[in-house]
Amino acid sequence: MLLQNKYKALTDVASASGVRNLQIREQDGVLYINGEAPTGAVKDELWNVYNKLDPNFLSGDVVMDVNVASAASGSKAKVTTQRSNLNIRKGPGTDQPIVGKAAHHEMVTLVSKTNDQWWLVRTADGEEGYAYAEYLTAESN
Amino acid sequence: MKRNISRLLLLLGAVAIFSSIVTGCKSKPKDADIRKAVESALQADPQTPGLMVEVTNGVATVSGQVQDASAQAEVTTIAGGVKGVKSVNNNVSVAPPPVPVEITADDPLTSAVRDATKDFPGVTATVNDGVISVTGELKAAEWKRLKMALDGLKPRKVDAAGLKISK
Repeated sequence: MLLQNKYKALTDVASASGVRNLQIREQDGVLYINGEAPTGAVKDELWNVYNKLDPNFLSGDVVMDVNVASAASGSKAKVTTQRSNLNIRKGPGTDQPIVGKAAHHEMVTLVSKTNDQWWLVRTADGEEGYAYAEYLTAESN
Repeated sequence: MKRNISRLLLLLGAVAIFSSIVTGCKSKPKDADIRKAVESALQADPQTPGLMVEVTNGVATVSGQVQDASAQAEVTTIAGGVKGVKSVNNNVSVAPPPVPVEITADDPLTSAVRDATKDFPGVTATVNDGVISVTGELKAAEWKRLKMALDGLKPRKVDAAGLKISK
C-alpha cells in the first residue's frame, strides 16, 4: 500500500487518461503498472509523471509496462533511432543475421507484432524482417 | 340517467379506496428514500463502496463487488440496519484475488536484456531471479529509453542502484 500512495499521482493519471486493461499491483516491494495507452502522448505523460515522483527512475520500485495501442497490421511506422539505420533481422533477436536496414526516419509497414519487443516489418524496398520495436513509432491513425 | 349516477358513485368509491391506499402507504418510508439511506450507509463504510441498491416494498437488493467475504457479510448487516428495510437480498460478490504479476524466466529475460542493451555501450545489465541489475553510466534521456525497454520485458525489478546518470 505504501508504494500505491507514493505513486498515486501516476496511477491517477493512468486511470484518468483512458489506459485500457489497467492493472496496478504491488508485490514484494515493487509496484507493477500494466495496460495499453490510447496514444503515444499518454505513454509519454505517464513516464514524465513517473520521473517527477522518482527522479531518473533510480529507486527500482516500479515496473511500468504500458504499451501504445493501435499499430495494427498494415499500418505504417517510423524508424525512430537516434540517428543510425535500423537493422532488419531474419528472426526476432539480436543474435539473428541482418537481412536489411531501414534508414533513420524511414517509413516501414508493420506486418505483425511477434511480441512487444520485435515487430515483423516491410521496408519501402520490399525487404521483410524483424526490427526492434523500441526504435519504431507507430503512426497514429 | 340513473345508470350514469350509479356509475359515478362507483367511480367515486374507487377513487376513495385508491386514495386511502395511497395515504396508508405514506406513513411508511418510501422505497426511494430507503434506497438513498441504504446507499449512504454502505458508502460510509470503507469496505463497501460503490454498490448498487434497489428497494422494492422495503426489500433491499444490493449488488456489486467487494474485496472479501467479511465485507460481503457486512453488506447484510449495514443494509438490514437501515430503518424501513424489511429484508436484504445480498447479491454482492467477492472480487477474485488479483492475478499474480507475470515475471519472465531468467533465460529468455537474459537474451531480451541483451537485445535491449545492445545499443547502450555505457552499461552492463545482468539478470538474476528476474531482477535486472544495471551498472555503468548513461545520460538521463538514454536511461529513460533503456528503462522503458527493460520494464517491457516483464522483469521482477529493474535495479539501477549501480547506475550513474551523467550530465
